[in-house]
Amino acid sequence: MEKMLLKRVDIPNANDIDVALKHGAYGALSAAFGMRPVDVVNEVKRATLRGRGGAGFPTGLKWELCARVPGSLKYLLCNADEGEPGTIKDRFILHQDPHLLIEGMVISGYAIGAERGYIYLRYEYPKAIGILEKAIEQAYAKGYLGKNILGKGVNFDLSVHRGAGAYICGEETALIESLEGKRGQPRIRPPFPASQGAWRKPTVINNVETLSNIPFIIGMGGDAYAKIGAETAPGPKIYGVSGHVNKPGVYELPMGTTLREIIYTHCGGIKGGKKLKAVIPGGASTPILTESHLDVKMDFNSLVAAGSMLGSGAVMVMDETVDMVNVAYVLVRFFAHESCGKCTPCREGTAWLYQVYTRLMHGEGKEGDIDLLLYICETVKGKCFCPLGEGAIQPVLSSIKHFRADYEARIKSGVVSH
Amino acid sequence: MLTEQEKQEISEELKHCERPEAAAIEALRVVQKKRGWVSDASLRDVAAQLSMTPAELDAVATFYSFIFRKPVGRHVIALCDSMVCWSLGHDDLYKLISTKLGIGYGETTGDNRFTLLPASCLGACDRAPAMMVDDELFGPVTPETIDEILSKYS
Repeated sequence: MEKMLLKRVDIPNANDIDVALKHGAYGALSAAFGMRPVDVVNEVKRATLRGRGGAGFPTGLKWELCARVPGSLKYLLCNADEGEPGTIKDRFILHQDPHLLIEGMVISGYAIGAERGYIYLRYEYPKAIGILEKAIEQAYAKGYLGKNILGKGVNFDLSVHRGAGAYICGEETALIESLEGKRGQPRIRPPFPASQGAWRKPTVINNVETLSNIPFIIGMGGDAYAKIGAETAPGPKIYGVSGHVNKPGVYELPMGTTLREIIYTHCGGIKGGKKLKAVIPGGASTPILTESHLDVKMDFNSLVAAGSMLGSGAVMVMDETVDMVNVAYVLVRFFAHESCGKCTPCREGTAWLYQVYTRLMHGEGKEGDIDLLLYICETVKGKCFCPLGEGAIQPVLSSIKHFRADYEARIKSGVVSH
Repeated sequence: MLTEQEKQEISEELKHCERPEAAAIEALRVVQKKRGWVSDASLRDVAAQLSMTPAELDAVATFYSFIFRKPVGRHVIALCDSMVCWSLGHDDLYKLISTKLGIGYGETTGDNRFTLLPASCLGACDRAPAMMVDDELFGPVTPETIDEILSKYS
């Protein structure tokens, strides 16, 4: 497949507008402005684009819900709070092709009727702030942002809003709270952001990669786009691969490429010629898979059928030397730290899980600890305010399901392995 | 007391915001940039400029990992301890840094040069193990490169 999303990423200085323009940036704007906003929404629906941030919600439907709400003040927010452990993909667009994102946002704003956009950027991407601010300034200077864009009467203002270190702000209602200058704690839904989001106005929140797909959908048409990759959820997908592979990095491939192809063909296999033990396919909150799942296609439906999720497409690979009790401990430690504390099942549940794992890590595991972990997961499952708690129990449940022997050995011997 | 320059920078931030409190994080960062951390006195001054109560602003300040409500060293090392960095050597790297500097997580060196903190995923898993020193990202960090990195900061 020819690269689309990462096409300009490999071109030196493509984050400069003159270089980006030479390679097609902002080419889809006039086509989009030649369509009615409702037709732009329909084109995205025809493409059957699903969100690339983690939840996989149909983008066109999300837009339609917001576009239909009456009122002239609406917001478009770009979720650039890439915090899901293992996820690195958006960083490449933010650093090397910010104009692709800006173009996608101008078109998306036009489609939903929003004239104000924000990029919510995580603090941990300090290099991106300067690059984005410069790119936005250049886009204003060339008339791709601001008033009367391309002389077509379209207005769109854009600025960057930085976080300060909080994983939860990647959850869309927490992101809105943080944007408004509050603690980043999720809101109860409904109302959904499409009807009442930022400052209680209709709001669409899309991930960096999702928005970056929009110029291509407009450029080639939704029908042509829908022919790329998996039938049920097509398009190009940026897989970010890390861990025990020879060539970690980002790989743009058709949606539905198998784990085996990603790991062994594109990433050069497992480091040091070792065997694969486990793989997390879509970031820390997606269930762990094993060697027997290598032929699973990396798309939304296929991964659900295999007992996991596509999430953000962040593939974390573990070789045979890794003990899965340690893996679950590290993941649970992350979630316990990042739980926002708003709802009891998540706040207490993640803390209790962390306590039990800490005991296991010190070689003080007891008979019955596996059942205790499963019981705590049951008290969290389906009872949390937002998806963080649900994500936190996935590494526990899936590591016990596939690697129970690691737990039994740890409890029996009490030996701490690394 | 905030300096005139700090007040001015916070006013600049306010121009980009729909409402004054939306500038909370950036305003705290303005203070932190010069002073390293946000004292109670600074917090009260910033709150007044943003038309917030000190309690409202403190609720924001204490929520985020990179707003410091306690003094830190001249440079802050944020060492990623999430999944991929852990699997590629975080524990050894932590021990090494900890031994070299004589501090553990949450501590500051006696000469006030470094504070060492654990960080959640820095989004640099392709360069693991990774760490940030102030606003700069390093990775993969190895026992061979750690001295060179630390020597950049005085």
